[in-house]
Formats: sequence, structure tokens, C-alpha cells
Amino acid sequence: MGEPRVAFDLQIPSEVEYIEGVVELARQRCRELKISPAKCSLNIPVALSEALSNAILRGNEATGGKQVRVRAIISDTDLVFEVVDDGPGFDVDECTRDCTTEENLTKEEGRGLFLMRQLMDRVESFRDKGNVVRLTLHRK
Amino acid sequence: MSFSIKKQGEVVVVDVEGQLIVGNRQELKQKVLDELEKGEKKFLIDFSQTGYIDSSGLGVLVSLSKKIREQGGELRLANLNDDLQTLFELTKLDTLFQISDTRERALESF
Repeated sequence: MGEPRVAFDLQIPSEVEYIEGVVELARQRCRELKISPAKCSLNIPVALSEALSNAILRGNEATGGKQVRVRAIISDTDLVFEVVDDGPGFDVDECTRDCTTEENLTKEEGRGLFLMRQLMDRVESFRDKGNVVRLTLHRK
Repeated sequence: MSFSIKKQGEVVVVDVEGQLIVGNRQELKQKVLDELEKGEKKFLIDFSQTGYIDSSGLGVLVSLSKKIREQGGELRLANLNDDLQTLFELTKLDTLFQISDTRERALESF
């Protein structure tokens, strides 16, 4: 078993225009690692995009001048993405809404965390020099 | 990423090229609302050139669907690839929208 290694570690301005570039970088790394095509084209882009927009718009409250840190860590078994913002953090279970119920289906918002949890194997939120959202996806 | 709009018969067809995400969803919304304001009633969004859609993009589709219906119009979707189909199934939005395999079938369905 090899040691987990950092695939990339970036600080980006807290602006939504930067999301697509980070997601493309993550997809490239995943393709290089021969992660399955569906994970490269659906699970990772959508879940990472959600985590980044959540950090920018909610954690950092869309405040100019702030930064978001995003790290990708690869082990033999897992891909892990950590997105760090300046917000107070949140409880993943409490904040996840089932967007498939009749009541929620026609609402414009509220699908972000639901999608992250559907598309990743684990989603955690904790404090460590900021609010960290950690997304874990098994490689196999 | 960009959106192109053209008219095919009575239907306003919007092609989504690239991603439909938090950074560009307002652009799509505004373009469709502008057409709605001009009196257009039939809308088709074609995803044959689309990469991925995030929750904001899905939210805009839900919002547009409501607004178009309120004006007596219809919104239909076409050409979801396997990933997008999965996304719509996970969120059950496949039950909310009329989705066609091809643009031609979607146009015929109006």
C-alpha cells in the first residue's frame, strides 16, 4: 500500500468563475489515474462543483477578497477532495434536504448537498483552520 | 460555455454548449425569459453539447419551467447523455420534465 499523495493543492479567489477550471483539473487527474469514465464525467465534476460553490457562496458569503483552498489527495483506494472556506461550518445531516419529495421537487434550490452525498461515498464537514468539506470517492 | 438560441418553426431551441453551472445559469435564464417576454411559448433546451450540470443549473431549469408554464407555454428537454440522465433520475427531475432522445422527436412532441 502506497502513502496517500497530494495531486493538487490550490488557493483560488472566492469567485464562482474559478470553479470550472478547478473541476477540469480534477477531471484530468482522475483520467490519468484511470478512474472510471462515469466518475470522471459525472460524480467528480458535479460533487466538486457543489462543494466549491457552497464554499464561495455560503461559507465565504460571496465576499470579495476571500480565498478557497482545494486539495486532492489520492491513495490506493480513495480519491479525497477537501474544500476549505472561512465560514462557520455546517452539519451535513441537518442541512441535507431530500429534493425528490413532492414538496421539494419543484423548488429551485436545495439540491447541492443531496447531490454531493449521492455522488460521493462519503461527505464530511469539520473545522481545521477553516471549515473543511471533505469528499471521499472509492476508486473502485 | 455558451448558449445559442434559434427558432425552429414555432419552437425556440436553446443549445447549451459546455457546462450549465452556478457561473452561467443566470445567462441562460435571462435569454429564455427575454424570449418569453417577446411572446414565445414553446421552448426546447438541447443538451447534446453539454458537459455537466450542477444543482444551480438544475434549479434554473425548474424555475424556467414554472415561469414558462405560468405564461401558458411549454418547456421540453432533449439529448441528455447517460450522465445527465443519471443526474435527472437521482433528483427525480426526469418526472418533472418531458425529455426526448432527439431534437427531432422533441420538436414533433409540441
